[in-house]
Amino acid sequence: MAAPGVKPVPVPTKETQPYWDGCKQHELRVQKCAACGHHQFYPRLYCTTCMSDRVEWVKTSGRATVLSYTIIYRPVTQAFAGNVPYVVALVTLAEGPQMMTNIVGCEPEKVYIGMPVQVTFDDWTEDISVPKFKPV
Amino acid sequence: MDSLRGKVAIVGAADTEVGVVPQLSATQLYVKGAKLALEDAGITKDDVDGLITCTSFVEPYMYHAEMIAEYMQIFPRYCLNVATGGGTTLAIMHHAASAIATGVCNTVLITMADNMLSGLSRDKAIEAMSTAGHAQFERPYGPPIPGFYAMLAQAHMHAYGTTSAQLAAVAVACRKHASMNPAAQMRQPISIDDVLNSRMIAHPLHLLDCSLVSDGGAAIVMTSAERAKSFKKKPVYMLGVGEGHSHEHLSQARSLTTSAAKEAGERAYAMAGLGPKDIDVAELYDCFTPVVIIELEDLGFCPKGEGGRFVEGGRIELGGDLPINTHGGLMSHCHPGHPGSLFSITEAVRQLRGECGPRQVKDAEVAFVHAQGGIMSTHCSMILGKENN
Repeated sequence: MAAPGVKPVPVPTKETQPYWDGCKQHELRVQKCAACGHHQFYPRLYCTTCMSDRVEWVKTSGRATVLSYTIIYRPVTQAFAGNVPYVVALVTLAEGPQMMTNIVGCEPEKVYIGMPVQVTFDDWTEDISVPKFKPV
Repeated sequence: MDSLRGKVAIVGAADTEVGVVPQLSATQLYVKGAKLALEDAGITKDDVDGLITCTSFVEPYMYHAEMIAEYMQIFPRYCLNVATGGGTTLAIMHHAASAIATGVCNTVLITMADNMLSGLSRDKAIEAMSTAGHAQFERPYGPPIPGFYAMLAQAHMHAYGTTSAQLAAVAVACRKHASMNPAAQMRQPISIDDVLNSRMIAHPLHLLDCSLVSDGGAAIVMTSAERAKSFKKKPVYMLGVGEGHSHEHLSQARSLTTSAAKEAGERAYAMAGLGPKDIDVAELYDCFTPVVIIELEDLGFCPKGEGGRFVEGGRIELGGDLPINTHGGLMSHCHPGHPGSLFSITEAVRQLRGECGPRQVKDAEVAFVHAQGGIMSTHCSMILGKENN
């Protein structure tokens, strides 16, 4: 559980380590199936389309579109109190997968569904950089 | 898929006091609900051969149903604990019905309770708020639970033009019904403007678009349709049940505007041989106002995208075309966590027995209950009737 005032720093697993290694280099990676070409996120042992185990890490374009969003006025914990109001969003990557993120670099009220955005990285620790998105 | 149709009935149903109940622990609420349901059924604990509980967040046990059986000194032949969030209640009833219909056991006691309002320490309350979402791919972005539902609302508004006032109409209807229910936690009537003027929590959801945090418990007794006739009160029959499961994490959802309520509802209607037009009263999961609008569409009460217009003009209030959440729902009756939708079942039973006094839906013969858990993740629909033919 997250203690008050401490942000929930992701703890990579064997399965997710390549993703966080990419983030550390400010590179957003997802898996691509070598058998059927399907891109997927989060990382998995098999392709969710064809069940092939030939899932390989690829660098994405970092481009995405806002699928939906909300502006948070009441923070989830004190750790996020300094960020209020902040935007939590779901975005669809140009490669297809969707992910949760924050939209940063603009007034929360300027965010809209369909907005084109580009990945940017927030360096939380020496090893963990959290991918967020900003307007193109 | 008519295998369970009319084969199982609810023969006992009861709620404990709900809302602010500091005098009872979570475990005591489970046991009190159980006692009241057994009394309602006119049986003793020794008549119970199946026991199912939901997990308690406040007083967890590794084997929770075993704990409640031990506490009550019940020795069942069928005993399990289920946790599918808000969908738990109806999923439990689906398991119980299957066990009864296949002869695994005869008389199942289902008891569910928690005291999320009075029983949590500060640390546990923070844990409750902050452990929703994927630890690596969602929680770092700080989404509070209302934030997840706010993204569903925003997507619906964008796709179909649903308005904040339409969302508010759901909260207003629930509160109106709660005002007619002496047991409800929040009974002061509210207006659409009251909802729109309440504090913004996660845009576009205001404080009054969100359900309550409560203490409380409820329990039911289920048995076979043949045995049901020999109980104290007139049985309420399970005519249809169906589930749908689409994801764990919202960021993995197939759609933000159509949920697995669609599959759950279609399966329940198919089993019952009934459709939305046959429903007299609906108890729909209402943790946040947009959920009701999505459910009304996915369950076939109106076309996709029309949910916002459907809830306008009192259509979902008593006296309207489809009264919903006649006890006040999670919005205004109570919301102790997992048990939330069992209060929808006990209310549906009371409606079909004609026990609801001023909030009685006239001539109610068929009730629809829907529950969802997680973030629109697990869905279960149930159709209950006064008659089993």
